[in-house]
Amino acid sequence: MSLSVDLEKDLGSFRLRAAFEAKDETLALLGASGCGKSLTLRCIAGIEKPDRGRIVVDGITLFDSEKGVNLTPQQRRTGLMFQNDALFPNMTVLQNIRAGARRERDALRREQGVAEVMESFGLTELAGRYPAQLSGGQQQRVALARILVSGPRILLLDEPFSALDSHLRFRLEQEVRQVLHRFGRTVVLVSHDRDEVFRMSDSIVIMDDGQIQTAGSRDDVFRDPRTRSGAVLTGCKNISRVCRLDGARVRALDWGITLELREKLTDEKYLGIRMHDVRPGDGENAFWARVTEEIENPFSFTVMLRPEEAEEKSTPIGWEMEKDTWRRLRADRVKISLPPESILRLRE
Amino acid sequence: MDWFPLFNSLRIAGISTVIIFFVGIFAAYYIAKAPRVLKGVLDVVLTLPLVLPPTVVGYLLLRLLGPKRVIGAWVLATFGVRLTMTWWSAIFATTVVIFPLMYRTARGAFESFDETLAYSAQSIGLSNTYIFWRIRMPYCRQGILAGTVLAFARALGEYGATSMIAGYTPGRTATISTTVYQLWRTNEDGLAFRWVLVNLAISFVVLLAVNMLEKRNKSPRRGALRKEAA
Repeated sequence: MSLSVDLEKDLGSFRLRAAFEAKDETLALLGASGCGKSLTLRCIAGIEKPDRGRIVVDGITLFDSEKGVNLTPQQRRTGLMFQNDALFPNMTVLQNIRAGARRERDALRREQGVAEVMESFGLTELAGRYPAQLSGGQQQRVALARILVSGPRILLLDEPFSALDSHLRFRLEQEVRQVLHRFGRTVVLVSHDRDEVFRMSDSIVIMDDGQIQTAGSRDDVFRDPRTRSGAVLTGCKNISRVCRLDGARVRALDWGITLELREKLTDEKYLGIRMHDVRPGDGENAFWARVTEEIENPFSFTVMLRPEEAEEKSTPIGWEMEKDTWRRLRADRVKISLPPESILRLRE
Repeated sequence: MDWFPLFNSLRIAGISTVIIFFVGIFAAYYIAKAPRVLKGVLDVVLTLPLVLPPTVVGYLLLRLLGPKRVIGAWVLATFGVRLTMTWWSAIFATTVVIFPLMYRTARGAFESFDETLAYSAQSIGLSNTYIFWRIRMPYCRQGILAGTVLAFARALGEYGATSMIAGYTPGRTATISTTVYQLWRTNEDGLAFRWVLVNLAISFVVLLAVNMLEKRNKSPRRGALRKEAA
């Protein structure tokens, strides 16, 4: 039970090149809009045709440009779920679910499947409603139920929560996580929301401009996103250009400070440090910095700091901490340190 | 009053509307998907009958279907049937004239269709035929119905091309519009006025139907109760 994708598609100004594998797990394609993640999903579903490549699900070849295999979307059995508006507006909830069950030829088994899925998604009471009479969350639940009753080999979720309000979104996300757990097969989730990706997925593929930047287990990718865009997408807000001095010493050009890394710099062009990895007081890479701005968030403070040795034009470093911590430390200048193990080394 | 022209007009309009319903939808569906350049060219060619004077359409049809012309001569030789000057000859004229109306409204309706519906339907295994008849057509229902009614109305009123290809033979090829002209020409003003009233009544009903369809289109089921349900 697995997914293996290796595809290329040339759209003139945009070139998609994606290769990755997934086991029975939730794999997230994380990237900014227009990076090619949705296009990749459409290629797997058979809506778009790649120029070259191979797509295999559970040992079944869906697409192979060399062997001339290109199954129709119907034959692929990939449950594709969109942001919204994918329910058939002229059918009730029950009719929508029944449409999903049409692959099952045996009428009795079909009705049983429909009843089961209606029950388990809590849709029984909504059976007679039209999609326009449902909330966004209910619509997405019906959409997912309709996909599952069709017996998909794999689930493809294209930003399934992004059209919802944040409180609805959180609740639906929890529900969907349980459903995916029960589904127990490969799920590909496309998203630009790093929090959602972190909560939902086991492994992550980061895409930027049609290329795969970083791929690996969720924790590895967040610990070491490896590229600049990977760092940005996983939520790292402090990024500086870097050049090598002697040994493991480097100059962070945008921050205007010299830092000591654990190992020599190789081909990395940037350094990054997450806002909550900045440490107060003495330690490795410690320096005094002046507070340029203090931003209060609902549950934390973000303090922008400019190292005293740096020029006026240098980029300040953001430090995010709990409210109590800053209330205790609050001053015009503070001493902070950037622990080498927390510094991200990033390629272009 | 001889009701033949009414009967004849209705059957000509009815038959040509049925033909154009399928042909127009077929053309609209495939042309909506065509590459841009081809789409532009076909669009112009297929819309041409809408702006051409009906007499020009009639002339062109006679050039093709007349008993001494390419198609007309061939049909006459092979089947022994004349394509002109019968009651059903008018169907050639009306289909050509009403085609753009059906084609354009249907294409507009298809272009407003949300393709993600078709993609989701394919991914849950629904056949393309099912998607077309059970999802795409219901979604575009109002636009297509409005186009059909409009095409029917235009077919009822067709005069120029019809009079050229089917002529005016009382009791055989006479339609309402050709009858009105003929009666007025022969100074039977009273009778002509009665047919005018008949024509007005039919047009009134048809336009009322179009308006009602368009109004329904503006307040469809989707979206109406969404906020409340949230």
